[in-house]
Amino acid sequence: MNREPKQVTRRQFFKAAATGIIAGALPVSLVKLSFAGTAEDFTFAYISDAHIQQIKGSNFVRNWDRGLIRAVAEANLLSPAPDFVVFGGDLAQLGTKEELDHGAELLSPLKKKLHCVMGEHDYYLDLGEYWSKLFGPQHYSWDHKGVHFVVLNSILTHDQWTHERWPTAVQRMSEMAGLDNPNGSPFMVGQKQRDWLAKDLEKVAKDRPIVVFSHSPLQKIYKGWNFWTDDAEEVQAILQPFHKVNVIYGHVHQIQYNQIGNISFNSVMATAWPWPYPSTYAQSGSHVPVLTVPMNRADPFFERDATGWQFVNLHTGKTDLHFRLFDNTDRVVGYDPAKGHPVDKTYQAKENRIPPQTHY
Amino acid sequence: MKCVCSLACLCLLLAAGGSASAEETLPLGLPPVPVKADNPQTVAKINLGKRLFEDSRFSTTGKVSCATCHASEKTFTDSPLRVSKGIKDLTGTRNSPTVVNSAYFEKLFWDGRSPDLEDQALHPFVNPVEMGLKDHNPILRIIRKDREYREAFREVFDLDAEKITMKEVTQAIAAFERTVVSGNSPFDRYQYGGDKSAMTEQQVRGLGVFLDEGRCVSCHVIENDQALFTDNRFHNIGIGINEIQSDVPGIASAFLKAKARGSNVDVKVLTDPKSSELGRFAVTSGLNDLGAFKTPTLRNVAVTAPYMHDGSLETLEEVVIHYMNGGVTNAGEEVNYYLSGGIRPLDLTDEQVDDLVAFMEALTSPEFAAKAKSQGDTGSKKEEGR
Repeated sequence: MNREPKQVTRRQFFKAAATGIIAGALPVSLVKLSFAGTAEDFTFAYISDAHIQQIKGSNFVRNWDRGLIRAVAEANLLSPAPDFVVFGGDLAQLGTKEELDHGAELLSPLKKKLHCVMGEHDYYLDLGEYWSKLFGPQHYSWDHKGVHFVVLNSILTHDQWTHERWPTAVQRMSEMAGLDNPNGSPFMVGQKQRDWLAKDLEKVAKDRPIVVFSHSPLQKIYKGWNFWTDDAEEVQAILQPFHKVNVIYGHVHQIQYNQIGNISFNSVMATAWPWPYPSTYAQSGSHVPVLTVPMNRADPFFERDATGWQFVNLHTGKTDLHFRLFDNTDRVVGYDPAKGHPVDKTYQAKENRIPPQTHY
Repeated sequence: MKCVCSLACLCLLLAAGGSASAEETLPLGLPPVPVKADNPQTVAKINLGKRLFEDSRFSTTGKVSCATCHASEKTFTDSPLRVSKGIKDLTGTRNSPTVVNSAYFEKLFWDGRSPDLEDQALHPFVNPVEMGLKDHNPILRIIRKDREYREAFREVFDLDAEKITMKEVTQAIAAFERTVVSGNSPFDRYQYGGDKSAMTEQQVRGLGVFLDEGRCVSCHVIENDQALFTDNRFHNIGIGINEIQSDVPGIASAFLKAKARGSNVDVKVLTDPKSSELGRFAVTSGLNDLGAFKTPTLRNVAVTAPYMHDGSLETLEEVVIHYMNGGVTNAGEEVNYYLSGGIRPLDLTDEQVDDLVAFMEALTSPEFAAKAKSQGDTGSKKEEGR
C-alpha cells in the first residue's frame, strides 16, 4: 500500500488493535513500531486444521475444502505479504494419500514458503511417511530475522500403542481420531525429540526470541479430547530458561491462550470446524468425530461460522495473533507487556462479554 | 429516534392508486417506516420531494431524473433494463433497485455506501453516467429561480431562496421515498391477514421451500408479524465475481491503493465494471465483504426483473437455479473463493423450484401487480427446458 509507515507506541498499537483498526487488514510491517527491540518486526500467516476428507474418488467434503480454499485466497491478499506461511497440522482427516494430495493441491496457490506441522490426522495411518515426502522433516528448526523457529511433532504417543496395539493402520488412525476414546492414547513429544530440542537450543542465546510450532498444546488442558501433551512439563522446562518464548499450537479449533513462566501459549483457529461443532455438521457426507457429550451449538447458517485463519505479528520477540474469522468480527490476542501475558482486548473485558445463551 | 409515518403516507398511496383503506395506517406485512428525527414527514414536504424526484432539469442533458431509473409505472425501477442508462444513454454497472420499501434499508446502494436515503440522493446527480453534473450547484440554481420551488421550500423549511441547500433538497426527496411503501401482497394476506385462500396451493408449498430446503429465509427475512425479506446484510453469493476470479487479487489491491489516494468510490464502482464486482469490499476494505452485495427485498420481485446487482439473471427460475448450484449460474462452473458460507448446493426437485418461483410471485403488492399486468411483463419463469 502507498503509505509511509506511521510511528506508533505500543499502547497505541494495542488500542488500535482492540478496536479492529489494525486487525484484519494490516500486518505489522506496515506500521513502524517505535518500541521495536533488537528483533526486526515481521508477519507470518498461519492456516491450520483443514481436515480435508475424501468421500469417494475425487469427491471431498465440500465444507472443509471451501474453508481451506478461502483461507489460502485471503492469505495471498495480505498486503504487505507475510514472510512465510505455516500450516499447523491435520491437513487430512484420515491421513490417506488422496487427502494429503488434495490438501497439498489446495495449499499450492500460497505465494510464500510453506512450513508444515504434523497433526495426528496426518500421522497415524502411515506414521507420516507420505506426509514427509510432501512436506519435509517432521521436526526441525530455522532462524529468521533474529528469531529462532522450531517445528515439533507433538502428537506422538507410546510406542506400544503406535506399533503393536492395532491390527491395521486404518484402525489405528480411526482410534486416534475419536473423542473421549477409552482406547485412545495421550499426545507427547517424546524423549528423542526432547533430546533433539535441548541440543538444538544449546547454541541459541537466552535473549533470542523463540517461536515453537506444535500441533498439541504443549500443556495439559483436557485429556479426553487430547488437548494434552503428556510430557508438557519436560518440554516447558527446556524452554523456560529463554526470556521470550512463544508456543503456537493447533488441534483445539478454538481461541486459547496462556502464560507459564516465560512461555506464552496461543492456539490457532481451524478452517474446517470449531470445537464443539453444531450437530448439523455430523449429518451428511462427513465423518467428524462423534461428540460423546452432547453439546448444544446451534446450526450456523454460515458454515464458516467459528472457523478462520490468522496472521501472526512478531515484534519485540513476542507474538500477537490476528484472527481472521470468516463471516465474523476479527479478533486480536496480543502479548501485553504490562500484564506479562497474552490478552484478548475485545472479549476479555467484563463489559464486553456476551452472556451465555440458556436456550436456542 | 424514529416515529411512524402516518396519514401523509396514506394520501400518497391513494393518489398513486394504492389500495390502503382509511382504517389501515400500515400496509399489511410491514413495520412502521423509520423516519429520521430531523426530517419529519409532512404532506407539503412529500409533495415537494416528489417534484424533485421527477425533475429532469437536474442533469446535464435536462433529460434524466430520479424517476428515469425509478419509474413509478415500472415499480420504481427501469425494468427490463439490465443496468441503468443515464445521460446520453451512458450505462453504469448496476441494476436499478426499486424505491418501493427502500425506506426499510439501513444502508443504500447495492454496496451499502450510503447510510440513509438523504445521503443516497446526493450521489446520482454528480455521477458521470447518471445525471452527469459536476457538482450540485446547478440544482440549487434552478430551484432558487423557480417560483413554485421557492414557495414550496419556504413553506416546508421556512427558508429564503438563497439559503436553500442540498440538505433540504435531499430531505424532501427522502420524505417522498418514505411514502413509497407497499405490502398487502397475497403472501401478506395469507401470513398476516389470516386469509388462507390468498395464496394458491403451489405458492403455499413454495413458502415451505423458502423456509426450509431453500434456505432463503435466513437472508430474506420473514418475521412473526412483518416481512422485510432482507436482513440488511451483505453477502457474496457468486454473482459477477465468478467471472473475474483471477483478477480479484490485482483489482482488490489496486482499488485499495486508489482509495488511499482519495479516488471517489461512487464514481469508480459505477464506471469500472471490474471494480464494481468487489461489492461492499470497495466501501469497507473488509475481507468478509469481497464480492458481497446487499440482500435486496423480495417484495414485488416478480415485476422488477432482471435480477442481481448486475441484472445478469433474467428470470426468477434462473435465480433459483443459481442458488441450487451453490453459487454459480451454470452448474459445474468454478465457485469463487470468497463465497458466503451460507451458500451451499441445494437439492431441490423440479417441482420445488417451480413452487419457489410461484411463491415469489405472491409477493407483489396489488398496486404494482395491476400495472405489471397491463404491461405484460412479470419476469417469471420462461418455458424453456432447464
